[in-house]
Amino acid sequence: MVNGLQLRLWKSRIFEGFTIFLAFLITLPLFAIIYYVVKTGITEINWSFITNIPQPVGESGGGIANALLGSVLIVLVATVISVPIGILCGIYLSENTNSRISYWSRLAVDILQGTPSIVTGIVIYFWIVKPMGGFSALSGSIALAIMMLPIIIRSTEENLKLIPSSLKEAGLALGLPYQKVILRIIVPCGFSGILSGIMLAIARVAGETAPLLFTAFGNPYLSAHLLKPMQSLPLLIFNYATSPYDEWHALAWGASTILLLWVFLLNISTKLITRKWKVQL
Amino acid sequence: MRAIADIVMEMSRFFSIRKLRAEAAFKRTLLLTAIAMVVIALGIFATLAIHSIPSMKALGIGFLWGRTWDPVSDTYGGLPFLAGTLITSFLALLISIPFSYAIAIYLGEYKTSGWISGFLKNVVELVAAVPSVIYGFWALVVLVPVVRVIETKVGVPPYGVGIFTASVVLAIMIIPYAASLGRELIRLTPSSLKEGAYSLGATRYEVIRNITLPYTKSGLFAGLLLSLGRALGETMAVTMVIGNSNRLPTNIFAPSNTMASVIANEFTEADRAIYLSALIELGLFLFLVTVVINVIGKAVIKRFIND
Repeated sequence: MVNGLQLRLWKSRIFEGFTIFLAFLITLPLFAIIYYVVKTGITEINWSFITNIPQPVGESGGGIANALLGSVLIVLVATVISVPIGILCGIYLSENTNSRISYWSRLAVDILQGTPSIVTGIVIYFWIVKPMGGFSALSGSIALAIMMLPIIIRSTEENLKLIPSSLKEAGLALGLPYQKVILRIIVPCGFSGILSGIMLAIARVAGETAPLLFTAFGNPYLSAHLLKPMQSLPLLIFNYATSPYDEWHALAWGASTILLLWVFLLNISTKLITRKWKVQL
Repeated sequence: MRAIADIVMEMSRFFSIRKLRAEAAFKRTLLLTAIAMVVIALGIFATLAIHSIPSMKALGIGFLWGRTWDPVSDTYGGLPFLAGTLITSFLALLISIPFSYAIAIYLGEYKTSGWISGFLKNVVELVAAVPSVIYGFWALVVLVPVVRVIETKVGVPPYGVGIFTASVVLAIMIIPYAASLGRELIRLTPSSLKEGAYSLGATRYEVIRNITLPYTKSGLFAGLLLSLGRALGETMAVTMVIGNSNRLPTNIFAPSNTMASVIANEFTEADRAIYLSALIELGLFLFLVTVVINVIGKAVIKRFIND
């Protein structure tokens, strides 16, 4: 009897140890990646790396200014497109919880969230690139915007649902028009949650490559023209990482370091916001 | 006096009409954005379907089990990519299960708060945040030589790149999805059930084994579905390490191609209508499969939480 109990307790302990071991193994690849990327990339980064464009193979002193500018511009335009639409749709879904349109809209948002990013790229190619007659940064932004929408809509909806309806009723009872109640009372109350949703969405698409392959396409030169092809950090990393030249690999490592820091910074600041304002995501 | 009262009445009516108009316009805008989501989702499906019609017409249903993909001789068979996608995704899922369940159980049952579980939670979130192109680059430089050593020991051609490498990278990438969902669901296990088992003398392992896991079974399954959906659609990391071979894979170390990676590689160089259309048909399959898996997964979770 006692032996049976001992056996069961040991089994329990071994299971716990095994679980802890397996659970913490996930830290290994993360730290391996951070260590390797930063170790290889940090030596590349200096002033000329940030301000120059890539040089042809064999010449030193190339930089990634075109990709940096491109990434910032493409993501910025995507944010400008997706934030208003996403917030408005999130408001609709939180206000009309049971309507039939909400049901279909929610299903559509789920579908958009599950759509593989490469498929979004193909579709935007036919919607924007082909009619406009060429690859453009704008089409890349639209592809990224479609990927940002589900995240923004979901976080807006969930956060606005948490706001007590007494607030809304008080505003309406004072004779405020509906849109003012929503935009001046409800949205500001849920602002921190919406903001962290937006930042999360930016962090997710900042590293996206697949939807840009057939839209923004990439560009070896510095360009700020939204209707022309544009380089972005993930595209540059993909193109140079798969090239056979060491100089280009070095460039890609430097770009990886910057991209990794950018994405982590966004994630960590989202974390800080949610902790400070005690937001649920 | 009457005239002033009339004017006031008129004005207030005017303003309330304007107010109502503004309200109606606002509500219409909200409705429009909600409908726009449905239009975008349907539009994605319609665009893929329309542009894959030429390939469906020319190649028929045989496209699904055609074994050869050779654009030069105008032969398009999708089987190598269907097989490549399914094998890499399921292998990745298989590798990831022990780890994601261990994280879910540890964070949901053993250590629900405290700095050490906070640390692990942050690590899991950052694993999900690393861009896939960086996973691909890292795997190409660090993982591929390791796999090459393994392959030499096993006695298969040491390419380094191939299904196995892609699966390992994918496994790392999808662990966070099943893990964080599993953690949430394991926490939902009613403590009265667990306490009942403890009071009957069950050990912690027995409680997890006989109470927590059976109770959260359907939710954990849904987590796996969502992970699988991610793995199927993942493009860049896979494209960089799978070896880009259009032949049917013969073993799990062989170079191969997935639907997503062949689209990424060949879409911009597809010069013939039928070639492009065949690639889009692959995209259509990919879209349908991931959508079905995601919708089922979400429905299971919703039912679990509502129960």
